Amino acid sequence: MAVRLQYENSSDIGVFSKLTNTYCLTAIGGSTNFYSSFESELGDVIPIVHASIAGTRIIGRLTAGNRHGLLVPSGTTDQELQHLRNSLPDTVALQRIEERLSALGNVIACNDHVALVHPDIDRETEEIIADVLKVEVFRQTVADNVLVGSYCALSNQGGLVHPKTSIQSQDELSSLLQVPLVAGTVNRGSDVIGAGMVVNDWCAFTGMDTTATEISVIEATFKLQGHDQSAVIGEMRDALIDNWA
Amino acid sequence: MEFVPPTLVHRVLCADCGTPIEPNSANLCIPCLRNSVDITEGIPKSASVSFCRNCDRFLSPPTTWTIAQPESRELLAICLKKLKGLNRVRLVDAGFIWTEPHSKRLRIKLTIQKEVFTSTIIEQVFEVEYVVQHGQCPDCTKLAAKNTWQSVLQVRQKVPHKRTFLFLEQLILKHNAHKDTISIKEVKDGLDFFYASETHAQKMVDFLSSVVPVQVVRSAQLISKDTHSNTANYKFTHSVTIIPICKEDLVCIPAKQARSLSNISPLTICSRVGNSIHLLDPSTLQESDVTSPVFWREPFDALASVTDLVEFIVLDIEPSGLTHGKHVLADAEVAPSSSFMSSSNNKNSDMDMDMDSHHGSLDTTYHTRTHLGGILQPGDTVMGYYLTRSNFNSPAFESLDPSRIPDVILVKKSYPNRRKKSKQRDWKLKSIAKEAEDGAGMNEGSGYGRGALGRRGGLDQKRVERDYEIFLQSIEEDKEMRSAINLYKGKSRTAATEPAGDVAMGRPNKDSKKKPKAQFAMEVDEHSAAAAPSEDGNREEGNEADFPDVQLDELLDDFEEMGLQEEDEE
Repeated sequence: MAVRLQYENSSDIGVFSKLTNTYCLTAIGGSTNFYSSFESELGDVIPIVHASIAGTRIIGRLTAGNRHGLLVPSGTTDQELQHLRNSLPDTVALQRIEERLSALGNVIACNDHVALVHPDIDRETEEIIADVLKVEVFRQTVADNVLVGSYCALSNQGGLVHPKTSIQSQDELSSLLQVPLVAGTVNRGSDVIGAGMVVNDWCAFTGMDTTATEISVIEATFKLQGHDQSAVIGEMRDALIDNWA
Repeated sequence: MEFVPPTLVHRVLCADCGTPIEPNSANLCIPCLRNSVDITEGIPKSASVSFCRNCDRFLSPPTTWTIAQPESRELLAICLKKLKGLNRVRLVDAGFIWTEPHSKRLRIKLTIQKEVFTSTIIEQVFEVEYVVQHGQCPDCTKLAAKNTWQSVLQVRQKVPHKRTFLFLEQLILKHNAHKDTISIKEVKDGLDFFYASETHAQKMVDFLSSVVPVQVVRSAQLISKDTHSNTANYKFTHSVTIIPICKEDLVCIPAKQARSLSNISPLTICSRVGNSIHLLDPSTLQESDVTSPVFWREPFDALASVTDLVEFIVLDIEPSGLTHGKHVLADAEVAPSSSFMSSSNNKNSDMDMDMDSHHGSLDTTYHTRTHLGGILQPGDTVMGYYLTRSNFNSPAFESLDPSRIPDVILVKKSYPNRRKKSKQRDWKLKSIAKEAEDGAGMNEGSGYGRGALGRRGGLDQKRVERDYEIFLQSIEEDKEMRSAINLYKGKSRTAATEPAGDVAMGRPNKDSKKKPKAQFAMEVDEHSAAAAPSEDGNREEGNEADFPDVQLDELLDDFEEMGLQEEDEE
């Protein structure tokens, strides 16, 4: 199920929210419409947290996380850290990272098993990512862009990557992630996938500008039609690759 | 053979319609992109251009008026200037689509490019239609409206005839000096030239002072003044007075002034008028040049002028050896030609002269000195001032010693047999005021114009007609004068020469000299005159072989008229 929504007239909802299988973060906005959209979909299942990072609203771009943990940049205040700790489930590890590339959402793209990171990221940070998020870490680029978090959206079911990603690099990334990948767009032709949408294993949220074609691609890619959290991985992988590759 | 898998083409779905496309920067297929953005937005699809009907010029914004042919680059530039939003897009191509000229529409096909999203450039072709609005440009408005001149040139010559102005008109035509003239008006004793700008008038003044001896007085009248911007608006008047002495006039200057002019004899004739007047003493060949400032210091009048000339027959001529330029001093014995005429031969116009001559002695002969020794032969007719029979009202003339005044002063050789022919001229002159003809009721019957003159009708017009005839004759008889102006082939001349064509050109000069005569003979045949043509022709050839006839190579083709005729034929 993919839902269109908007954050204060902006379709780049991936900037203002973070969605994983165990929690959801939303930016503090003027109205609660944005929060309510998440709540109506996820309210009973996972906690939805109003948060700010380093006093800003662009939490989706500053944080990286999955089912196991959440990484926040060094600018995060103690108070914000405390609030997050109080709001998130106990199973989710929370870690503040001293990393020069502080927009962690832009430099890290991950699902619950694998993370693609910016090639220039610190070795220490790489270790922390592996420990906290319990993932394998690969230094990669997406369509020659180093900001892997901005240009792709991943879940345990599949992944949407930058439209200019070549077939070869799609195959390569797909073999690293062990999920099928599709090149596509959100928000009517926008190629910043990570900023335009958030996704977990059973639910996706996209910007208001996203067209029906893009929704259908997203739903097919992330296997959101009629599947729930416990859907079988990999069943339709080969067919999907044949369809969209 | 080895199997080569086809290279996979990487495609994404168009965000709008879902068609698989190669990913581009907008990630939309071209039709969707076209649908979603119109890059011609903000560029008007119809506009108008102003066109002046009078001068066939288009308004090139903001204020210039330029001549532009249909479908020309200039016109395209003017049209594109009219489009407002073109600076926001990149113009790749522009061209005209043909339209019927009478439709007053211009259609232009434009190809433009514009960046719509980040690094997505769309190219689009569209049409713009222009309405050609006919109007009047400020220059033409000024011309059409009355009294919009800024500067007036009042050219005056205080003489009873108009020949100077007729000659001046031809000079102006030759040098194209009337280019900027708005209008020409005839007034008593001269012409008024009107100009839209002071510099144009100044140019005309300079031209006039270079060709005729003039005195120029400039005055300005304040029309309006703005003390804030320190600008003033004036109307200028140039009063240009031409020295009232014409060629071949008899001049008597006061003795004191004559002494200052290189001690010339007081009684002289005017031999030439350039931008100064040349006085010639026919009895000594002494010449004196009177410039305009010198003249206006002490102005003098002509004693007698061309109309007072009397015809004489040369009985005997004997060069006395002194020559000066083309002048040859000679002693001549002449008799008035009226004494040779029988009363039956006389025309009505000569009656008074005839009566007059009966009172005096018929067989009087006069001895005089003349500068025409080079061209006169015994038996020739010559025009001269008959001083013994004249009564002048001039103090300077009175003060002369009567014993030193010659009886006759010969001025120029005449060709009476020529005159008698009712010959049509096979050349013609142009006229400035062609467009003026339709206006002030110019006499239609008289054919090619008297120009700006003779348009006041009545007595004045008749006088101008007479002056014009004298003017044409003097052109025929004076090679020097002809060289200063443009003569054009008349209708008969073009018709006669056309069949002969190149042959006539190849012939030596002698042949071409005969040409007009042959033509003349033909004319006589046509008229089937009662007079025996053979006798007439013989006399003419024997008598006036040195007549300075207008040669074919002196004439110009009248291109304007040729063009007109061609159009008529079409």
